Amino acid sequence: MKTTQSVFAEGFDQLHIADRRFQSRLLVGTGKYKNLEETAKAIEASGADIVTVAVRRTNLGQRTGEPNLLDIISPERYTILPNTAGCYDAASAVRTCRLARELLGGHDLVKLEVLGDNKTLYPDVVETLRAAKILCEDGFAVMVYTTDDPVVAKELESIGCVAVMPLAAPIGSGLGIQNRYTIRTIVENAAVPIVVDAGVGTASEASVAMELGCDGVLMNTAIAEAKHPVLMASAMRKAVEAGREAYLAGRMPRRAFASASSPIDDVSPS
Amino acid sequence: MTHSSKFVIVNGTPIEVPIGFSIDDLVAYMSVEGRYAVEIGGEIIPRSEHGDHLIGDGDTVEIVSAIGGG
Repeated sequence: MKTTQSVFAEGFDQLHIADRRFQSRLLVGTGKYKNLEETAKAIEASGADIVTVAVRRTNLGQRTGEPNLLDIISPERYTILPNTAGCYDAASAVRTCRLARELLGGHDLVKLEVLGDNKTLYPDVVETLRAAKILCEDGFAVMVYTTDDPVVAKELESIGCVAVMPLAAPIGSGLGIQNRYTIRTIVENAAVPIVVDAGVGTASEASVAMELGCDGVLMNTAIAEAKHPVLMASAMRKAVEAGREAYLAGRMPRRAFASASSPIDDVSPS
Repeated sequence: MTHSSKFVIVNGTPIEVPIGFSIDDLVAYMSVEGRYAVEIGGEIIPRSEHGDHLIGDGDTVEIVSAIGGG
């Protein structure tokens, strides 16, 4: 159900990643929700096509009666993007991607994230570059989470990543884009989609990312930790669409001084 | 004397399984449902081989699934 009236027809201005086309430029995570029901409702409200998941040891032995995540977030309806969250080196990230590809029946689109520090969850770009090289050579379509360093972003692209995903701010911080200059530089230099991933906190921050020319925004905590996640998901959907339309519309120039909006002639004197 | 079972480590926990158990047997025994991947001794075993691949004595088995994450 469309909650906004876009000027674009369905199918226009789609997000191109690898050889796939997506209508939504909002990508969402599935972590931190109260339960699976809330997860499903929020994802539905977000309008997202691409949904991230984590790969972990299966809970064994006890039948909890709860359905599995992928029963609720169906790979038939959504494009599942397994992540390598929890990996602190290239080897474990590569292993996680291979396990994910196997559990999803050969599906090879992955989100690569290799962290360097468990307090800030900041990416380890050295290990990220290493993992990206191995994964791209192994036939994965890698969407790579990274810092907002323009040189690293370009290097990840040249290694063969299908999308580069610079952080706005640390994961779960909700601080919004901390450096518009570097994000803009990455966008200007890129030949692959740029998706801001991590650190977005509220709707306006998602719009800012799109107004800078980013191709999409990926978020999890901003929705899951809102007081009303389903409502925030709806807000984010609109924010990403609004920011994208504003970007395509070509904003007015900024001015140091005022420029009257009403005619200055023919004022009836008092 | 023949042993009727063997010890393997599944997701970090030692368990006893009958001789002749395949991966499919183990997965059913552990009540795993939905989509999963299996790794034995650090090697991912493709789904197509789960019916034929027998669990060996002392094997370290990892069974993973998708869960919520960002």
